[in-house]
Amino acid sequence: MNKIDYAIMEIHHLDHEAKKENILTRINPLAKLIITFLYIILLTSIDRYKPQQCIYMCIYLILIKIIGEISMKKCIKRLKVIFTIVLVIGIANPIINRNIVAQIGKIPISSGMISMTTLMIKGCFAIIASYFFIITTGMENFCVALRMIHIPGVLITVILLIYRYIIVFLKEVQRIWTAYSMRAPNQKGVNFKAWGSMIGSLMIRSIDKAGNVYDSMELRGFNPDTFFDKKNGFCEIDLIYFIFSAAVIVVIRYINIFEMIGNVFVFQ
Amino acid sequence: MADALVSPAVGITMYAMSGMAAVYSIKKLRQEPDFKKKIPTMGVMGAMVFATQMINFTIPGTGSSGHLCGGILLTGLLGPYAGFLSMIGVLLIQCLFFADGGLLALGGNIFNMAFYGCFFGALIWKIVMQNGISKRKITLYSILGSVITLQLGAFSVTIQTLCSGVTELPFKMFLSLMLPIHLAIGFVEGLITMAILNFIYAARPELLWSDGHEENKYIRSGLSYKKTMIIFTCVFFVIAGFVSLIASKQPDGLEWSIKKITGNTEINAKTDSKNDLDYDLKNDVNDDLNSSLITGTKTDIYENSEKIQQKTSLLPDYNFKNSDSDLGTSVSGIVGCMIVIIFLTITGFLIKLSKKGKHKLNE
Repeated sequence: MNKIDYAIMEIHHLDHEAKKENILTRINPLAKLIITFLYIILLTSIDRYKPQQCIYMCIYLILIKIIGEISMKKCIKRLKVIFTIVLVIGIANPIINRNIVAQIGKIPISSGMISMTTLMIKGCFAIIASYFFIITTGMENFCVALRMIHIPGVLITVILLIYRYIIVFLKEVQRIWTAYSMRAPNQKGVNFKAWGSMIGSLMIRSIDKAGNVYDSMELRGFNPDTFFDKKNGFCEIDLIYFIFSAAVIVVIRYINIFEMIGNVFVFQ
Repeated sequence: MADALVSPAVGITMYAMSGMAAVYSIKKLRQEPDFKKKIPTMGVMGAMVFATQMINFTIPGTGSSGHLCGGILLTGLLGPYAGFLSMIGVLLIQCLFFADGGLLALGGNIFNMAFYGCFFGALIWKIVMQNGISKRKITLYSILGSVITLQLGAFSVTIQTLCSGVTELPFKMFLSLMLPIHLAIGFVEGLITMAILNFIYAARPELLWSDGHEENKYIRSGLSYKKTMIIFTCVFFVIAGFVSLIASKQPDGLEWSIKKITGNTEINAKTDSKNDLDYDLKNDVNDDLNSSLITGTKTDIYENSEKIQQKTSLLPDYNFKNSDSDLGTSVSGIVGCMIVIIFLTITGFLIKLSKKGKHKLNE
C-alpha cells in the first residue's frame, strides 16, 4: 500500500472509531484533552535516568485501552515514525556517555543506554496517549474542545476545512499520481519538468472550487465564530472521568506504589 | 520534533510563543478587506500542502527524492498571517492523525516550521519582490527562503532539544549534524516551491500574495519596505553585538588551522616566523617557493603592514585599543556592521548614479 492509500485509510479509520459508542467517546472532549496533556507533561518530566518510572506510566494507557475497547494493531504502525525520529537523536547517548552503572550477566549497562531507553519509552507512550485521545474524540469534537478554551473560530474553521478537504485532495492526488506513473513506468518520483504543472494546475482548480463551497456554506448560515459554540458543559460522568484519570496519573507518577507492592512479595 | 524530545518547560514556552504569533496573525487577518474570502482558500491550501507532501519528487542527478514543506509556498500565495494559520492546521492534523510530532511538541513544531517559514519568508518576499514580480525573483525567493527558514528551524530544534536535556550530544556537534542535512533539504524544497509558484505566476498571477498588480502590491501587507529594512538592520546589530561576545573567544577556521600547526593562533613575524615557517617547509613539497617567504624582505613587509594597520585601525583585533573586554568585542561587532552597511549603501548609490549616467547618455 502506498503513502496516499495509507493516509486515506487512516483518516477513515479514525473517523469510524470516534463514532463508536462506548464510555470514552461520550466523555466531554475538553476533559479528555486536558487529561492527555497532563499525562504527556508528567511523562516527559521524568528524569532521563529513570526508565522504570516511565514504565509505571503505562498503567494509565492500559486502563484507557480497556475502558475504550481500543485495538492496538493500528497504533503500533504509528510508532514506526516516532521510533525513527527518537532513535536518530537518542542513538548518540550510549556512544557519548559510556559510564557503566550496572551489569546484566556479562553485558555492561551504561548511563547513555539508560537515557536512550527512557527516551524511547517516553516517545512511544506519548504517541499512544495522543492516539487514544483522537480515536475516542474525533476531529469535530476536538474542535469543540478548542472552542471551549476560547480558541478563535477562524482558526478552528481553517483546521476543520483542512481536515475535510484532505480526503478530497488525497484522492485527487492519488488519481493524478496513478495517471502519471502509468505514463512513466519505472520512475522513482515525479520528473522535475512536471513539478510545477502537476501541482500548480491542481492548486488553481482547487482554489476556485473551495471558494464556491465556502459561499454555499455561508448561504446556509455558517459563521465561524458561532458554529462551534455548542452547549457542552461538564456533566457528572465527565467529572468522575476527569478526577479518576488525573488521580491515577499523579499517583503512578509521584508515588512508588509498584515498589511498595513489589516489596510486599519480595520480603515476605 | 517528538514529545519525548522536549521537556514540559520548553514545550509550554514554545506553545506560548507560537500562541502569541497566532493571536497576532488572527488580528492582522481580520483587518484585511477580503478576510472572509480568504478562509476557504486557507483551508484548501493547507489541505493541498498536506496532500502534496505525500508525493515524492525526483531530484535530478542524485537518484533521491524529496517532498514539500509548505511555509514558503503558503506565504507566496496567502501572505504571512493566513499562511501561518494554515500551517498550524496542517501541523495539528499531522500530529494527531499521523503521529508526526506530538501534542506537547506542537508549539515547538509550529514555531520551527510555520513561524520561520511564514514570517521570515514574508520578509524575504518583500525584499526580493520590491520592484515587481518576475520568474527569476520567484526562483530566488523560493530557494533563498526555503534554505534560510529551514536553517533557522534546524537551529531552533537544536536549541530546544538541548534545553530539554534529552541528548548527550554537545551543542556544536548536534548543530554540525543538523544544519548541513537541512541545507540540502531546504534546497530541494526551494526547487519544488519554485516550480509551483512559477507555474501559478504564469497561469494565474493574481493568486500570488502581492496580487500581481504594482499599485496594490504592499497594501495587503502590514510590513512596508522601509519597516522591513529597519527590522533587518536591527537584527544585524543584535547578531553583530551579541553573537560576537561568544564567537570572538574561539579561533576562526584559519586561526584554528594555524594553531594546530604552530600551537599559537597567530604567526609571530618578528621572533618566531622563521622557526614556524621552517617547520612548514619540512612538510612542503615546493621548497623553492616557500624559501622565498622567509627572506628578510618579506618580514619587513609584514612589519610595515602591521604598523600601518595599528595606526589606521579603529578597533584592532575586533576590540578597543589595549582592551580585551567583552564590551569592546561587542561594540566592535556593531561598528563593523555599520561600516559594512555604509560601504554597501555607498556602492549601491554609485551603481545607481552610473546607471543614470548611462541612461542619460543613451537618451
